Amino acid sequence: MTQELLYWQALNRALDVEMAADESVFVLGEDVGLYGGSYRVTEGLYAKYGEARVRDTPISENSFTGLGVGAAMVGMRPVVEIMTINFAMLALDSIVNGAAKIPFMSGGQFPMPLVIRVPGGVARQLAAQHAQRLESMFMNVPGLRVAVPSTPQDAYWQLRQAIASDEPVVLLEHEVLYFTKGPVDTMAEPPPMHQAAIRRAGKDLTLIGYSRTALQAQEAAAELARDGIEAEVIDLRSLNPIDWKTLSDSVNRTHRALVIEEDCRHAGAGAEIAASLAERCFFSLDAPVQRVAALDIPTPYNGALEAASIPRVADITAAARALLGPREKAAA
Amino acid sequence: MEREKMHRLLRDMMLSRVFEERAAEEYQKGNIVGFLHLYPGEEAVAAGVINAAGPSDYIVSTYREHAHALVRGVPPRAVMAELFGRATGMSGGMGGSMHMFDRERRFMGGYGIVGETYPIAIGIGYAIALRALPESVICFFGDGAVNQGTFHESLNMAALWRLPVLFVCENNHYAIGTDIHRHSAVPEVYKRAAAYNIPAEKIDGMDVLKVYDATRHALDRIRRAGGPQFLEFETYRYRGHSMADPGAYRPPVEVKAYQVIDPLTIGAREIEFRYPTPAELAAVGPDNIARLTEHMISVGHLEEEEVAQIRKEVEAAVEDAVQFSLASPQPTMADAWQHLNSNRRHEQLLQA
Repeated sequence: MTQELLYWQALNRALDVEMAADESVFVLGEDVGLYGGSYRVTEGLYAKYGEARVRDTPISENSFTGLGVGAAMVGMRPVVEIMTINFAMLALDSIVNGAAKIPFMSGGQFPMPLVIRVPGGVARQLAAQHAQRLESMFMNVPGLRVAVPSTPQDAYWQLRQAIASDEPVVLLEHEVLYFTKGPVDTMAEPPPMHQAAIRRAGKDLTLIGYSRTALQAQEAAAELARDGIEAEVIDLRSLNPIDWKTLSDSVNRTHRALVIEEDCRHAGAGAEIAASLAERCFFSLDAPVQRVAALDIPTPYNGALEAASIPRVADITAAARALLGPREKAAA
Repeated sequence: MEREKMHRLLRDMMLSRVFEERAAEEYQKGNIVGFLHLYPGEEAVAAGVINAAGPSDYIVSTYREHAHALVRGVPPRAVMAELFGRATGMSGGMGGSMHMFDRERRFMGGYGIVGETYPIAIGIGYAIALRALPESVICFFGDGAVNQGTFHESLNMAALWRLPVLFVCENNHYAIGTDIHRHSAVPEVYKRAAAYNIPAEKIDGMDVLKVYDATRHALDRIRRAGGPQFLEFETYRYRGHSMADPGAYRPPVEVKAYQVIDPLTIGAREIEFRYPTPAELAAVGPDNIARLTEHMISVGHLEEEEVAQIRKEVEAAVEDAVQFSLASPQPTMADAWQHLNSNRRHEQLLQA
């Protein structure tokens, strides 16, 4: 059954389905209950499942995330919402030293069916402390899985898959995507949680994005198509693990790769992707893998400066043309 | 208290002491590497608290947790083999001294970051409360850990939602090397629980019978009333913070003063060359080492010669654990990957 849903509604639907199916699923976080969630993701669940399973917490990120870790160790399936990724800095001990380590350092004795939902990214003039990406920080922690849905359909699928997983999953939700709309088929068989999706086929170069930048890459590809440039667009959908096969198959066909990330450029998510593609596809690359990334600067409050600090569609098309070089001139 | 229970306490304390002293020796030989935080001096707390818990209760422990595991019933072989990093260790050689886990015995880990045990404990407590089970969680931490934010965050949530958690402070008066008067504005740790309306008591942690009784009553109150409880046990560690710490910051007179109220019987003394001799102890006055032994003898629960017998048994158990560890295989890198991916079950992740 396919419906048009907003991104937050798709997440809400996924939570509802999982909570109805399994009593061990419970939700906790700041204002997830009575208030309904800062981005409405938990709307209606408090009334339906009660306060014990939709738990409003005090503002104590490290301890309520750690509460999720402890509950997961004894077979519960907690879904922790950290209001924004910026506040997840306070919970890094529970995420990095706890959730990611316990299954391993116990010699595999404990499962960690924990989901940590984290809104993030640069939204609209929220300033430096509320406008960070930080995905590369979580990518660098073995034992954590990181999913980055860009569409309502993926938000629905990947949250359900994350809840079903016995490993800790960080679900990075982009704040500007919550009110985007798209078709959600609740009956269809989802692809594997970490498989990348080819959003648009093309032969001239591969644009690689995730979360919001996957949508920007599609816009850029549409614009490039007007000039006869056929860009392939890959939506990674997951940052740990990364679907290297889909990526390298594409790059081996197009011979050029451009990574678009909202993470800061220095040691960002794109650095890993570019380095790995250079290792895997060196002999089929016609040019070095390039990145369009956020500037290495805290996000300015000023709206124009904020917009200039992260990738824009025009930056992507310009970088794509530069990457194509003489070939692009020939076409023109 | 009946004879059998007292013997259990005495034996657990002696095993813990002998085990830890042997661990120190094996560390010096190079069989144990890394950080090694030893428990001598604090045995009455582990023995009293954990013996008062039931098999369905959970234990969340710190990085000074070997004795907690032993008292919980983990075989000395599995504990020692973990210190040796062998595949037969309780965490498969992946955790080491600070990260011991035993799912079957509800021993929910040793944690290496100060203040980490509280959120884990309230999470288990939350699961128990959701399932309405008659179980409790015992959450260990030291006096140094009460200045972490998680202490306040977690006590607040435990009280707010009436979670079945027994908070147990092992107050050995030092946050690594910093004396409690220099790290806490309110050095009476138990008083802090009042901020969250959690009933709290301060107990002499060098007296195992008092520890046991206080814990039993606290657990009873949790089962009756449902909310959290808090116990502070005043104790002392004879050694430095870890094997890397000679403990030179502590006045010798202080170390000695606590050693004369040692919770252990003289039974284990012969191997503890660095502690005061019985003659020295006698000169100082009443000795808490003898407290349990004397009490047991006075109530007819122990004969002098039984002490030597128990000592022989625990020494044999520790020797057996060392030999077992030496003979145990090293884990392979394949084992390490297996442990990392053990929860993946049927899920196929993408090939790298």
